[in-house]
Amino acid sequence: MSLHGFFELQQGQFELSVKFAIPAKGVTALFGHSGSGKTTLMRCIAGLEKAKRGQLFFNNVCWQDSDSKLFMPTYCRPLGYVFQEASLFPHLSVQKNLLYGMKRTPKAEQRVVFDEAVALLGVEPLLQRKPDRLSGGERQRVGIARALLTSPRLLLMDEPMAALDANSKAEILPYLEKLHNELSIPVLYITHALPEVMKLADYMIMMKAGKILAEGELHSVLERLDMPFMQTEEAGSVIEATVSEHDPHYHLSTLRFNGGQIVVPLLTHAVGTQVRVRVSARDVSVALENETQSSILNILPAEVIEMVEDNQGHFIVKLAVGEARLFAHISRKSVELLQLRQGLTLYARVKGMALL
Amino acid sequence: MFGVPVNWQAVSLTLQLAAISTTVLLIVGTPFAWWLANTRCWCKTVLEAVVALPLVLPPTVLGFYLLVMLGPNGFVGQLWQTLFGHHLAFTFTGLVIGASISSIPFVVQPLQNAFTAIGRRPAEVAATLGARPLDCFFTVIIPLARSGFLTAATLSFAHTIGEFGVILMIGGGIAGKTEVLSIAIFEHVEMLEFREAHILAGGMLLFSFLVLITLYSLNKRLYRS
Repeated sequence: MSLHGFFELQQGQFELSVKFAIPAKGVTALFGHSGSGKTTLMRCIAGLEKAKRGQLFFNNVCWQDSDSKLFMPTYCRPLGYVFQEASLFPHLSVQKNLLYGMKRTPKAEQRVVFDEAVALLGVEPLLQRKPDRLSGGERQRVGIARALLTSPRLLLMDEPMAALDANSKAEILPYLEKLHNELSIPVLYITHALPEVMKLADYMIMMKAGKILAEGELHSVLERLDMPFMQTEEAGSVIEATVSEHDPHYHLSTLRFNGGQIVVPLLTHAVGTQVRVRVSARDVSVALENETQSSILNILPAEVIEMVEDNQGHFIVKLAVGEARLFAHISRKSVELLQLRQGLTLYARVKGMALL
Repeated sequence: MFGVPVNWQAVSLTLQLAAISTTVLLIVGTPFAWWLANTRCWCKTVLEAVVALPLVLPPTVLGFYLLVMLGPNGFVGQLWQTLFGHHLAFTFTGLVIGASISSIPFVVQPLQNAFTAIGRRPAEVAATLGARPLDCFFTVIIPLARSGFLTAATLSFAHTIGEFGVILMIGGGIAGKTEVLSIAIFEHVEMLEFREAHILAGGMLLFSFLVLITLYSLNKRLYRS
């Protein structure tokens, strides 16, 4: 079960040249700066763009093969596409927009039930309205529901939140998470926001200037020191953890992960819930000894596995805490004072973290 | 009317001519305008200029070439003669062809503008929702371009009713066959029948005014919805 192939495409100055193999399950984030070719790649996959040279297979069905001049038109590909702007048909009511794709899906292929999709995205109260009477967030939810109602085997989402303000984003995110958790449709999700990748993705493709820099399971890409985002404020890691205990007295919750446990401000999640925690490299410092006289609650034994210097007097140090990885943003001076090197064991002090 | 005989034959002929040529133009002009709006072909600019020519050329020039083309020695005229036994000059069919050609810009330009304004996105969305191109055209593009269609149809209809030069050249003003209103008025004036001319001219003025008022108010309402 996979989506694999290659595309070579020239558009003016821009050149796309990619080869990929994505598992057809879970959420794959297509990440990179604007202009890196994410949207062009997605349009090629959808058949909205026809790469001069290219090949695309979805679950072993050929969607394109330039060598044998095969090109399955978009309307024959079993996919759903959510555009950056919801692009609802302005002349149709919300309900008719939702039914447009559903009516064109063969009965035997229909697996998503109208009422369920409507409930999943909370668009029931909007059904009789015209698109111009909806807010940005509402429009995008209708757009997602409309794509789902074609019962796609692959859902393509091109920065569905990019055109939204912070409030509408906060409104959409829970729905995206529900999609992630409740549907078995593989999703390819374009974003240029690393936190969105960390929150939603299982698999990740990092793009730059029309090429794929790295591709793989989320952690394997996120934890590469040679990735461009390591040199930004957003450098950090994701820890997959389980809620193991609540302590109402101190207003703290304990999370257990493969490598130890951390405490965070009290959560409302039930014990046993899986959560993702983001630890920014700027919130991690290191010490050679375990100072117990510290206000910092999360001090974890760790081992230095790799380090890389930026050109501003800082190192990004990659630490192993059991199976989990942490990154620390540390000045060159401290690196020399502590004589940090590969293999050294020390204590990582985590000042803060964010539940994703 | 008011004791003066009205040339109802000319009125009916005029309305028939306008209705038929508008219908023909919408059928032929729609796919052509769609193609113009979407093509990247080098010949696009040339074809756009050709479409706009009837706006610039004096109707007599257009009419002259059409007469030559449709007449017994013209290419189209001869072809028609072998097929149907008569050429096209001074016939109603010839008038329809002439009126259609002189109204081309009034249909193609608003439609092309409407299609360009819609952009590619709605068609792409429709394709991702499983709509084939023709299905998409009828269920998405045409409804979205309805104000363009309304403008095209009205302008073409009104322009044909007001056409004089081309029709005089090709039709010659044969009563009951090619004598439309604008020509009837001209002939009344030539014979110094001012009362008859007044009635027809006033009628046309009122009619054209009403058509345009209806168009603009309909367009406003379409725009609002």
